[in-house]
Amino acid sequence: MPDMVSLAQPQQRQFNPYADNGGTILAIAGADFTVIAGDTRQSEGYSIQTRYAPKVFRLTDRAVLAVNGFAADGNMFVKKVRQRLEWYRHAHAKDMPLRAIARLIQTMLYARRFFPFYVYNILGGIEEDGSGAVYSFDPVGSYEREACRAAGAAQSLVQPFLDNQIYFKNQVPAPGMAHPVHLPLSTVLSLVIDSFTSATERHIEVGDGLEMYVVLAKGSTAIQSLSTVRGIQEMTVTEDGERVFVIRRELKKD
Amino acid sequence: MNTFADRFSTTTAASQLRHAQKLAEEEEFDATMWGSSAGFGSLTKGVPTFTVPAVPDPTAFLRLHTDDHADPSCRIKIKHGTTTLAFRFQGGVIVAVDSRATAGSYIASGTVKKVIEINPYLLGTMAGGAADCQFWETYLGMHCRLHELRNRERISVSAASKYLSNLVYSYKGMGLSMGTMICGWDKTGPAVFYVDSDGTRLKGDLFAVGSGSTFAYGVLDQGYRWDLTDEEAQELGRRSIYAAGHRDAFSGNTCNLYHVKEAGWTFLGNYDISQMHYEGPGDVPGAPGGGYGYDIRVEGRNSSDPPEEAAAA
Repeated sequence: MPDMVSLAQPQQRQFNPYADNGGTILAIAGADFTVIAGDTRQSEGYSIQTRYAPKVFRLTDRAVLAVNGFAADGNMFVKKVRQRLEWYRHAHAKDMPLRAIARLIQTMLYARRFFPFYVYNILGGIEEDGSGAVYSFDPVGSYEREACRAAGAAQSLVQPFLDNQIYFKNQVPAPGMAHPVHLPLSTVLSLVIDSFTSATERHIEVGDGLEMYVVLAKGSTAIQSLSTVRGIQEMTVTEDGERVFVIRRELKKD
Repeated sequence: MNTFADRFSTTTAASQLRHAQKLAEEEEFDATMWGSSAGFGSLTKGVPTFTVPAVPDPTAFLRLHTDDHADPSCRIKIKHGTTTLAFRFQGGVIVAVDSRATAGSYIASGTVKKVIEINPYLLGTMAGGAADCQFWETYLGMHCRLHELRNRERISVSAASKYLSNLVYSYKGMGLSMGTMICGWDKTGPAVFYVDSDGTRLKGDLFAVGSGSTFAYGVLDQGYRWDLTDEEAQELGRRSIYAAGHRDAFSGNTCNLYHVKEAGWTFLGNYDISQMHYEGPGDVPGAPGGGYGYDIRVEGRNSSDPPEEAAAA
């Protein structure tokens, strides 16, 4: 006999295919390099699902994609972008240029306009003219090229710090001096580490590990400042000239 | 009955979407397609295709999860809040916009390009959903180029705006959000059309769109004349965006200014709104010199800071 009590109550069901898995991503463009970073904690609500779930992915030797939001959507999205880039390689015998990847990501996100990927994307890398570039996207594909961008759980903690330290917002240069247009790689790496240690201190969804990808343009002199970096690992595949490195650091685990 | 009628009707958004999806599923790609676009020539199908959730009411699903600027608690925040304006005058069209994007009360970006450069003769403005405007206006650009190739003639602003308005009308009720002005110069001279996602399309001399539009209209209506000089018109556009940036919390950061003339559009510059408040737009034609800010303009002529004669009396 059916349970009459449950039938007496009105019931509402909803299709809810989304979750928020926390974490934060960040990218900063230099003159001839780009740094793309993300923490590795994945959480749902107050519980930590894993301490190592990468959010930053090498796409080509000059493009790195960071994804944040709903991890399942993010992983599937990266998989599909990589598939399209492989098809491009088969058709054209070269890697897709960065600005083309940016437009590809827009059309792929907008194709899901009525069933969005719950993912905030930041694409970083080297443009065809050899300059460092960062493209940031909203979940349905609007995008813009910027010099730096933070997204995810701690974006409101990190972005103001970057505005101050990268764009020199609310800073007045000393008389006769001017703010530098581009910062050197060593300074940028320190800023990224400081951003994530600070975000870890003040945000419960940020922590565990930090992965920083560094993309260098052909013949970039920034390579010198990487030689002293502890535990750096090269990820370069092609002989095109651009080089990709990854630097891993620990973050607090509480 | 409605759902029944919907299923067999050929004019509703849902049926057109179904039609587009059917085309995409059925059409086999020719081997030659692989060379040029790796089997993804979206224009070959004529209509872009969209993934729709497998629920009885996809629109309700979308409304539940995306920010319809009424519900700040939902997860997927679509950027909102804007001031954009465009007006027609003797010397062409002035297009001026702010550069702020907000997600709830967070300023998501202060460097948004809200003028979309469709082609060297056409500009579109962005208000509402950033992605909707960016995507469909770029798409419009592709079709304007196809029109040129097919007809050996540039598309008129009227035709381009109608193409866009018909396009968004076919998605009516599905959650698109855009309020845009299509501006350009064609055989008929300077032209401005307002197009929005409800399907409205209006021809006019002067429009302002977005949360700061009321403030912009205030300055714009007061200073507008057909026989404005180029410099006066550019200053009016800048001053109106400043006013909106000053009074509307959802607008601000910087102003981007464009001028459309017979030979196409030119980008005139990016002006910081705070800087316009204190120092003015800088050394540009039409600028009065000095800041736009009330407190700056009345300095020394205030009740709390009176002119010297008045203070002595």
